[in-house]
Amino acid sequence: MLRKQPLAPTEAHAPSAIVFDNLTLGYDRHPAVHHLCGEIGRGALVAVVGPNGAGKSTLLKALTGELAPLQGGFRIAADPRAIAYLPQQSELDRSFPVSVFDMVAMGLWRKLGPFGGIDRIQRALVRETLAAVGLAGVEHRPVGALSGGQLQRARFARLMLQDAELLLLDEPFNGIDSRTTEDLIRLVLDWHAQGRTIVAVLHDLERVRRYFPQCLLVAREALGFGATGEVLTAANLARARELAESFDEYAPVCHRPASTGLA
Amino acid sequence: MAEALLGPFLEFEFMRRALVGCLALALGAAPIGLFLLLRRMSLMGDAMSHAILPGAALGYLAFGLSLGAMTVGGIVAGVIVALAAGAVARSSILREDASLAAFYLLSLAAGVLIISLRGRNVDLLHVLFGSVLALDDASLLLISAISTMTLFALALLYRPLVLECFDPTFLRGVSRLSPLAHYGFLVLVVLNLVSGFHSLGTLMAVGIMILPAATARLWARRLAPMLALSVAIALASGVLGLLASFHADVPAGPAIVLAAGLAYVGSLGLAPGGLFGPRLFRRAHLES
Repeated sequence: MLRKQPLAPTEAHAPSAIVFDNLTLGYDRHPAVHHLCGEIGRGALVAVVGPNGAGKSTLLKALTGELAPLQGGFRIAADPRAIAYLPQQSELDRSFPVSVFDMVAMGLWRKLGPFGGIDRIQRALVRETLAAVGLAGVEHRPVGALSGGQLQRARFARLMLQDAELLLLDEPFNGIDSRTTEDLIRLVLDWHAQGRTIVAVLHDLERVRRYFPQCLLVAREALGFGATGEVLTAANLARARELAESFDEYAPVCHRPASTGLA
Repeated sequence: MAEALLGPFLEFEFMRRALVGCLALALGAAPIGLFLLLRRMSLMGDAMSHAILPGAALGYLAFGLSLGAMTVGGIVAGVIVALAAGAVARSSILREDASLAAFYLLSLAAGVLIISLRGRNVDLLHVLFGSVLALDDASLLLISAISTMTLFALALLYRPLVLECFDPTFLRGVSRLSPLAHYGFLVLVVLNLVSGFHSLGTLMAVGIMILPAATARLWARRLAPMLALSVAIALASGVLGLLASFHADVPAGPAIVLAAGLAYVGSLGLAPGGLFGPRLFRRAHLES
């Protein structure tokens, strides 16, 4: 098998937010992400793209600590409490009697803890955040009354209040109409401008090309990592499709050396 | 009328004791029942009550009709099953209902086996149907202590518990309290079931947990009023059931649960969240 080109051109002066060290993730010994090396610089805006089953969500799950690596590891510079994760299939129970305000206000958990009350300033902050995502006026409605797009806006509002250094977004625009998507992308770009590190799993390559300076193309292994224009080439994308489809139930044990000569 | 409502309680001490027992039970069990309901685990109460029975029966076999032994036996058996089921649900591919069903069946089978080994003429009617009209000081203290603990624990765990039910992934992301909320809640369920089986029996204890909670869910839209309403309904059912039991000379436990059931069936018809409520209270829609 061919060696992949070197990963992650990181500028020397920008300290890295995430360092992948031969990271291999998977389920039942079958790797979903293979031997990933490289770094994501602090303040980077990175799109993770790849076909279905390429291991994108698996990668984010590992970064939140939900999934233990099969081999290798990664280092995150941020305090674990300063990481915010927006999962793809939320376990959020929409029939639960919680108001939109209460749901979004929990983004302040780091400041409130399990007991802290919400003071006037924080109350105003929550209202402002709701207005910023276009949800002014629905704050007292139950969460169950929101549409899919409105719920996603509310989850973004909660993310904003979490004030995280590192944001992991798993397909944040799935099933969301284009106007809402544009609004939410603007928020992501604002966060980028504020110097936060953002890693987002996306499907819409057009949007990735337009808004995301860096891109990680995965299809069970990294096929490219760097400036979006250089990664999303026709050749790379074709190769990604090919690799993602090749699942072998009886694959032999992988003996690739720990250091793949990538970085 | 007033005589029929107040007389029994003014006249007889056992009715006053039963009233206090019902008050304490309502304060603890109804909020717990509401959280069970909102976690979609209403039937878990039923399963847990079966898990408690063998422990209580073991205590009864070893020490006779001793409150302490049966309580400890019940709590131990219940907590083991609850924690084991919780641990399996959190770290295996089985969901909570499946793992709980497995463990409570094991517990029930083990209990039945042990009882059959030790002798057959064991009078378990007390455990099965409770004795709210014969509560002694120790039982009253136990029920009140469990209710007090439950209220304090709920106050402490309220925010993590609501998040654990509503959006567990988010809670795990921002805090390490998720396991505490989860297991703490399961332990509270067990404690309240044990408290319930002293007054209403294992078979009826779940009734006072779930029926008022389900009724409150039909009426209220926000959590705080829902909790208050569930306690109020549990209390009212307790009083009504005791009175019915006194005047009609029927067993108190089933009467109390039937009173709660009456409130539930009535609410199903009338409440805004019920069967006909949306049509009864239909109002013109708004502009936006």
